[in-house]
Amino acid sequence: MPEARVIPMPGVGDEPPRSRRAGSRVPAKATEPAVPTVPPTPTPTLPPTRTLPPLPADSGEAAPGGAGWEERVAQGLAFLRRRLTGDFEVDEFGYDEDFTDQVYLPALRPLYKSWFRIETFGMHNIPDSGGALVVANHSGTVPMDGLMTSLAVHDDHPAHRRLRLLGADLVFKLPLVGSVARKTGNTLACNADAERLLHSGELVGVYPEGFKGVGKPFADRYKLQRFGRGGFVSAAIRTGVPIIPCSIVGAEEIYPMIGNLKSLARILGIPYLPITPTFPLLGPLGLIPLPSKWLIEFGEPIPTAHLGTSAAEDPMLVFNLTDQVRETIQQSLYSLLMQRGSVFS
Amino acid sequence: MPPKVVLVTGVSRYLGGQLAAVLAADPAIDRVIGLDSVPPSREMLAALGRTEFVRADIRNPLIAKVISSAEVDTVVHMNIGTAPGGAGGRASMKELNVLGTMQLLAACQKAETLRRLVVKSTTTVYGSSSRDPALFTEDMDARAVPSSGYAKDSVEIEGYVRGFARRRPDVSLAVLRFTNFIGRHIDSMLTRYFSMPLVPTVLGFDARVQMLHEQDALEVLRLATVENYTGTVNVGGEGVLLLSQAIRRAGRIPVSVPVPLVGPLGGLLRQTGVADFSPEQLRFLNFGRVVDISRLIDDFGYRPRLNTAEAFADFCAGHRPVIDPARIRALERRLLRVATLNRIQEPVDA
Repeated sequence: MPEARVIPMPGVGDEPPRSRRAGSRVPAKATEPAVPTVPPTPTPTLPPTRTLPPLPADSGEAAPGGAGWEERVAQGLAFLRRRLTGDFEVDEFGYDEDFTDQVYLPALRPLYKSWFRIETFGMHNIPDSGGALVVANHSGTVPMDGLMTSLAVHDDHPAHRRLRLLGADLVFKLPLVGSVARKTGNTLACNADAERLLHSGELVGVYPEGFKGVGKPFADRYKLQRFGRGGFVSAAIRTGVPIIPCSIVGAEEIYPMIGNLKSLARILGIPYLPITPTFPLLGPLGLIPLPSKWLIEFGEPIPTAHLGTSAAEDPMLVFNLTDQVRETIQQSLYSLLMQRGSVFS
Repeated sequence: MPPKVVLVTGVSRYLGGQLAAVLAADPAIDRVIGLDSVPPSREMLAALGRTEFVRADIRNPLIAKVISSAEVDTVVHMNIGTAPGGAGGRASMKELNVLGTMQLLAACQKAETLRRLVVKSTTTVYGSSSRDPALFTEDMDARAVPSSGYAKDSVEIEGYVRGFARRRPDVSLAVLRFTNFIGRHIDSMLTRYFSMPLVPTVLGFDARVQMLHEQDALEVLRLATVENYTGTVNVGGEGVLLLSQAIRRAGRIPVSVPVPLVGPLGGLLRQTGVADFSPEQLRFLNFGRVVDISRLIDDFGYRPRLNTAEAFADFCAGHRPVIDPARIRALERRLLRVATLNRIQEPVDA
């Protein structure tokens, strides 16, 4: 069965990375007969219009021709006033779009563009509207892959969709981290929240490996860990949304974990305490991630609507689907690694 | 079939008194009996109309006599205190809440005329923790079961009420789990909190807060009394505000307090009488709590007229802000003209 899933992989090359230079990855492009099972809907022809008015910090580097500096000052002041008077909206999960667009995403963009030089593939596999569940591999000691995938979907998808991630309860327990996570649209990884978001047509992202994936030793890089108990599959089945496998290459190398102070971590109540080549050796400097080259690929959607909601009660089916998603991601990780070549290319 | 004789406990409080007044104004109801251990204020007494006020503690065995002699068919139990300050300490608050409810239920069980029981409960039964789902539905249990204070009392009260329902299946029972109340008139934990000029918050946390306007709360209580909804239902306004956002909207100044200092500060405020926050209310400031109200809208059949933001705006309209939003706007305009050399005159709006 794993072999059977390899077939769509050459199809990776048929979609040129949107708005990014594709310099180094030539060989894969030669394969023409990739079958685009998802009809190439008008997505490529759509101009990258934003649903929101161009905002200062947001479009700062992208479209310098648009707003003048006075405009930007005015918008900056308006943002400050909105914060000081509480004049913005949040949804019931605590998602604060104003903060996300004005502060959070602009802060991540330099890291995304210049540091990790992220390229995305297969963005057409994410529907323009309606619920879908993005399932990705987790790595990097610090869950930077979540932040970057959210930004990738927002910036590179023609509909500028928001990826609502499901996080571990530790995330929401921590001061500052927890409240920022909620404000940027993420919520606790539990079936109730996942199904509520999917039902309301949101794009939800999940990392089924959890801490086992993000906190694994460097030697185990790109080896998928156990995929939880398949809760994400039953959430997708119950809401009838497609599962979109997502493979992230590059995050493994940002903080290579060569040691783990397990007993100290237990005392501190955290799942692991990493030692990397630069941390804690260089102190705060060790917090700077290594500038690895990232590739993020969204694979072909796996539909679940035809299974019916009762299928979620069939453990064998859920296990098989979980394995299928896991194998797909693993295979596509290997092919992305081949494509990338050297780590810092 | 509308009730003939209604007994309302806790009429000296704002909502209890208002409910008794509304029921008393309904000609379909023969008698309204109000019960409380403290007499209502003079204004409240005037508003109560034809309500018959009985000054008695719900722990008093005489309650059974009142219920049977007046042939009460509907009991609305609202005499559940939220803060130890008003009840004279935590021990007596617990006694009044839990033992009072037990006594009242014991009297109700003996009352042959009783057909309906309405209990004002609270969403604090869901607790408040980092492991909470974003929204609680009525079938969910607390992830961290409340271990103290009002929340624990409420969990116990609901337990006794369920026991009563098992023993008297002929009595229809409505348990209303209310979120925090807000409004110009009501005195609630949140109205006291947002009335402080400097509002303490927990550093690094920003709770999601759901509120219900006092008028909507009153209407839900009235409908629950005169109609026949059976079961447990969450009652709150639609939507949420972040705690920091609400403080700004009220024109107050938030002061972030590091986690280790939150407990001592709460104690200090309690001792100096500035504010009376119990530990579980302080925990609420970390994580907040939001409940799903689709059962209220679909099954109970009531959609709150004001959502959380609108209800809060009504509260703000009744309170003078410390920092007037109009002044922030004026400052923005001045800064804008200076910074852009008068090229842009008016602030931009989203």
